[in-house]
Amino acid sequence: MSPNIPNLVYVVVIGVLFATGVTLLLERSLTRVLMGVVLLGNGANLLLLTGGRAGGPPIVGTTAEEDMSDPLPQAMVLTAIVITLGMTAFLLALAYRSWHLNGHDEVQDDVEDRRIMELADRDEGPGTSDTDTADGSPEARVLTTGAAEGVR
Amino acid sequence: MTWLVPLPVVMPLLGAALTLLLAGRARAQRWASIVVLAATVAVAAMLLVRSSLDGPLVVEVGGWVAPMGIVLVADQLAALMLVVSASVTLCVLVYSIGQGMADGNEETPLSVYHPTYLVLTAGVCNAFLSGDLFNLYVGFEILLVASYVLLTLGSTETRIRAGTTYVVVSLLSSLIFLVAIGLVYSATGTLNLAQLADRLDALPDDTRLVLQGMLLLAFGIKAAVFPLSAWLPDSYPTAPAPVTAVFAGLLTKVGVYAIIRTETLLFPGGRTADLLMVTAALTMVVGILGAVAQSDIKRLLSFTLVSHIGYMLFGVGLTTPLGLSAAIFYVVHHITVQTTLFLAAGLVERRGGSTALDRLGGLARLSPLLAVLFFVPALNLAGIPPFSGFLGKLGLVQAGVDDGGFLAWALVAGGLVTSLLTLYAIARVWNLAFWRAPHADMPEPGDADQAARTDGAEQPHGGPAPGGAVLPRLMTVSTAALVVLGLALTVVAGPLFDISTDAADDLLRRAPYVEAVFPEGPP
Repeated sequence: MSPNIPNLVYVVVIGVLFATGVTLLLERSLTRVLMGVVLLGNGANLLLLTGGRAGGPPIVGTTAEEDMSDPLPQAMVLTAIVITLGMTAFLLALAYRSWHLNGHDEVQDDVEDRRIMELADRDEGPGTSDTDTADGSPEARVLTTGAAEGVR
Repeated sequence: MTWLVPLPVVMPLLGAALTLLLAGRARAQRWASIVVLAATVAVAAMLLVRSSLDGPLVVEVGGWVAPMGIVLVADQLAALMLVVSASVTLCVLVYSIGQGMADGNEETPLSVYHPTYLVLTAGVCNAFLSGDLFNLYVGFEILLVASYVLLTLGSTETRIRAGTTYVVVSLLSSLIFLVAIGLVYSATGTLNLAQLADRLDALPDDTRLVLQGMLLLAFGIKAAVFPLSAWLPDSYPTAPAPVTAVFAGLLTKVGVYAIIRTETLLFPGGRTADLLMVTAALTMVVGILGAVAQSDIKRLLSFTLVSHIGYMLFGVGLTTPLGLSAAIFYVVHHITVQTTLFLAAGLVERRGGSTALDRLGGLARLSPLLAVLFFVPALNLAGIPPFSGFLGKLGLVQAGVDDGGFLAWALVAGGLVTSLLTLYAIARVWNLAFWRAPHADMPEPGDADQAARTDGAEQPHGGPAPGGAVLPRLMTVSTAALVVLGLALTVVAGPLFDISTDAADDLLRRAPYVEAVFPEGPP
């Protein structure tokens, strides 16, 4: 048997797992992202398995040496499965906590990023100007810019 | 001396178990962590000395012979990284202990902090020492899992929000790495780095390029290389100061280390050199432009972190001995200085009650010591002579000029512009937070009530930050220690550059690494 050409079914399954995984990963809800990660992880694990030769159980005395499957990818897949399990548990906890705090589990935007983009839209620099304004608090600045826009 | 090699991984892991057992007893837990990390520093220093004198040290873990079993290899590059990262983690640990005590949570300590921190250290050390691609993956996972926990410590709303992005992006990069490992194994039948160095050469060029591209993509996300860097400034600033500091110092550098290792040992010849140089230029310039736009010290520093990753890639992309050696020097410098700056930002947050630039002012008058602790590493980062940042950039510029190509010159220009803009960004922090007149409502030392009033309402990053507190001695001492370490890098720059040059030569020759793992040639 040819050692390095994997079964076609394998390849198709891996492809489907990756495609669905990527689709789910692009969703906004953390639970779907989590499922995407799980599917992708399974796809990656199967891919690892196809890297080695297929065959009988690699135990001396059970299988002739030339018919043995390659045990190394199997050992690696075991490790990878355990890691994926841990990650899944953590992500699940994160999604639960997010739902607990916000009432939903959607991945949110970076607040500070949005604030700086708004500043840029108003054509203002970050921070305050270098002049010593005793009242440089963000609220005060919002007020003054609001007034300036009113004048304009 | 090879028995020393696994210790930087084993000791922190055992220490983590020990500190977990000591969960109820804060004092014992603290001492256990300090002793373990101090021992790690000592072992790392010995490894550096031995590997400089005798060449790479190799251990076959569990006695399984090389291509089947896993090897740990401490060559000069790995040992140098170990020394710097272990020293930095020790200082940050002392800082976080100082912070914990100052916040008065001795009675209700976050008992998972110490074990997780030690696991993180073990993961970082494992990644540096690994001589096997899959073990490198495991090292990455160990440090990432620990970093997830540290980043979402206390699970406040902001940290959960930032942590979500971080975890998902990291998971994706790990998956890409895993797929790359699967493909490398299918193509070559091995994952041992030394054996791969031999077998990858025999593959068709296109296959090699695919494998190289996959690995670069995975490591590029971890190292926060533009355009794969957007996750970093979003997630890092929300964590507690010591956590951000240690992340900034170490995690991205592990990615850079992995890039250096794969580019030199596995895929020599620089087929992706142009790609690396272009991304290096973009990382530098886009990163620093981001920093200029920020109005929060921690976020600003996160952007400079991204930007300066570009310098290291620049050196790697040149693929000349001088370029690589300057890149290694720069990694060492940057680990120290970036960590110091984040620690100083933590002190600013404690003294001024915030890290938002519009709220700070007059810190130079209120706390001259803090001003010095920020000023020195800040100038060092911007590359003002005679600091190590200047020397590292000088080395890179020299290497770029020697190369003489169009891209190299463009990168030299980009590097100089980035250095200037770094100075601008840092000077803005200095002017706004330290130099201008203090706000009327700046909290006085010990004026915790007022601090709570000024920042309790909308503390941007969650977590307790009682402004106006007197700076705890342990926190200032550990920050000062890192500042001194940064200055020491300037003083010993000569010998350090010799080490990095040796390391770069060994990397480019490849033979020392391969021969150390397989004395009789790869099977």
